Amino acid sequence: MSSPTPLVELRNVSKVYPATVKGGADVTAIDDVSLSIDAGDVYGIIGYSGAGKSTLVRLVNVLERSTAGQILIDGRDVARLPERELRPVRLGIGMIFQQFNLLNSRTVARNVAYPLEVAGRDKSDRAKRVAEMLDFVGLADKAGAYPDQLSGGQKQRVGIARALATSPALLLADEATSALDPETTHEVLELLKRVNREFGVTIIVITHEMDVIQTLATKVAVMDQGRVIERGDVFDVFSNPQQSASARFVSTVVKGVPSRPELDVLRARHTGRIVTLAFRDDTVDQTRVFGELSRDGVAFQVVYGGINEIQGRPFGHLTLALTGDNETIDAALDRVRALTTVTEVR
Amino acid sequence: MDNLITLLPELWIAAGETLYIVGLTLLFGGFGGLILGLGLYLTRAGSILANRAVFSTINVLVNTVRPIPFIIFLAAAQPLARVAVGTGIGNNAIIFTIALAAMFAIARIVEQNLLTVTPGVIEAARSVGAGPVRIIFTVLLPEALGPLILGYTFIFVALVDMSAVAGYIGGGGLGAFALLYGYRQFDPVVTWAAVLLIIVFVQLVQFLGNWLARKALRR
Repeated sequence: MSSPTPLVELRNVSKVYPATVKGGADVTAIDDVSLSIDAGDVYGIIGYSGAGKSTLVRLVNVLERSTAGQILIDGRDVARLPERELRPVRLGIGMIFQQFNLLNSRTVARNVAYPLEVAGRDKSDRAKRVAEMLDFVGLADKAGAYPDQLSGGQKQRVGIARALATSPALLLADEATSALDPETTHEVLELLKRVNREFGVTIIVITHEMDVIQTLATKVAVMDQGRVIERGDVFDVFSNPQQSASARFVSTVVKGVPSRPELDVLRARHTGRIVTLAFRDDTVDQTRVFGELSRDGVAFQVVYGGINEIQGRPFGHLTLALTGDNETIDAALDRVRALTTVTEVR
Repeated sequence: MDNLITLLPELWIAAGETLYIVGLTLLFGGFGGLILGLGLYLTRAGSILANRAVFSTINVLVNTVRPIPFIIFLAAAQPLARVAVGTGIGNNAIIFTIALAAMFAIARIVEQNLLTVTPGVIEAARSVGAGPVRIIFTVLLPEALGPLILGYTFIFVALVDMSAVAGYIGGGGLGAFALLYGYRQFDPVVTWAAVLLIIVFVQLVQFLGNWLARKALRR
């Protein structure tokens, strides 16, 4: 179910930086990207460093100007708006950063109040909203503290409170957890989940950390060299990546099919036949698969792979080393093929 | 020593004049330098008001004026002083000339201290819709306040140094006092009395500057 107009829509957007040296080549940071993000989505954008993710997200609130294409926020093209007219647009788009970017000269409370000052809200109104936001992020007791007295996780929570102070419909998260340790990352991700659920804020998450997408996003776009090379439901992209760059990314969190060198290692250790089975969602019943294998006495050992879960849906690949006589194995594999994809590797 | 005692009233007047000259030059030069420094920072490539022509103009101007030895600048700027303050000699002329020269030095110091503000913080302010003027007053200056205070303290010492040559164009102050009653009368005690007072001034101001900067940085 998508709303008639997406909250954010990029149409054939490009960003080209002119050559820095005379006679040099222009640098294309974003190359003809089209993307549509519905209200309520948590949309992940992943890719290696330099893929153009940070530039892309800055085109949305026009911190950077696109050189071609349209950027529609709630159906209105903001790409060419003069700086002055961008002010109300930006008040409706919160942003959080990898390095938090808090004002060190201001207390936590006054940092959160900053966008409200820009919005021209009066003092009592500001105080009320700041208290609400600090309560929401669990930092009510830190209102009078300065950013340099906070931990990284606390700073990012202040960042989130500041970004949401003006009740924006959209939140841009630029590598928001990349500077945090795993436990703090988890806390911040949980907080962002609540932001999406409780306030209905649409979130665009830029990250190179796949597990951020895995826990937070519902949809994902994979970027490579300024282009979006793959997009879709997180589950689909993770369980069945179509592009090699996406597959490389997925393999950083999900152990899938063994690579050539890994296979050589397995070969050296196991004398039997080696097969990889794909498990995806509830369509493949593991109990039945293993039941079919062992029915006629085929012995097997799991030698590689794993099962992951995204939004409660399991998927993954398991590589098995099978021992038994060849005909029995063939017959067993034929029965398993009726249930799932079987790849025999040699 | 006897000479110094008889000269004490003159010494106090000279000390007052030094404070007067340095105070006013710090005020005018400091303000002018702040504007120029902000101009340099804001118009440099990639900054919020990036403008190559304006940046280059200020940059070249600063680089041209700064290397001129002050005593030569004092002579060279005399016609300018006549136009601006109506006289080429005396305290008003020296205040004008020091403020002018200091402005360019201060511009560089202001620019460098503003560059210590993380660009990300500016970006965060832009992302909530803050315009350039708001960013200057609510982000740039407050975030760089500590280093700026230390920069201005440093400049104060340079201004005391510059004010010492005021005597050359008929100005007063401790420099003129030391030259007139100490150096030319072959009386090192008198010279050293002036030196001592200058040291005391500089120490006091440095102490004040450090204290203010610490307060601004909350350390």
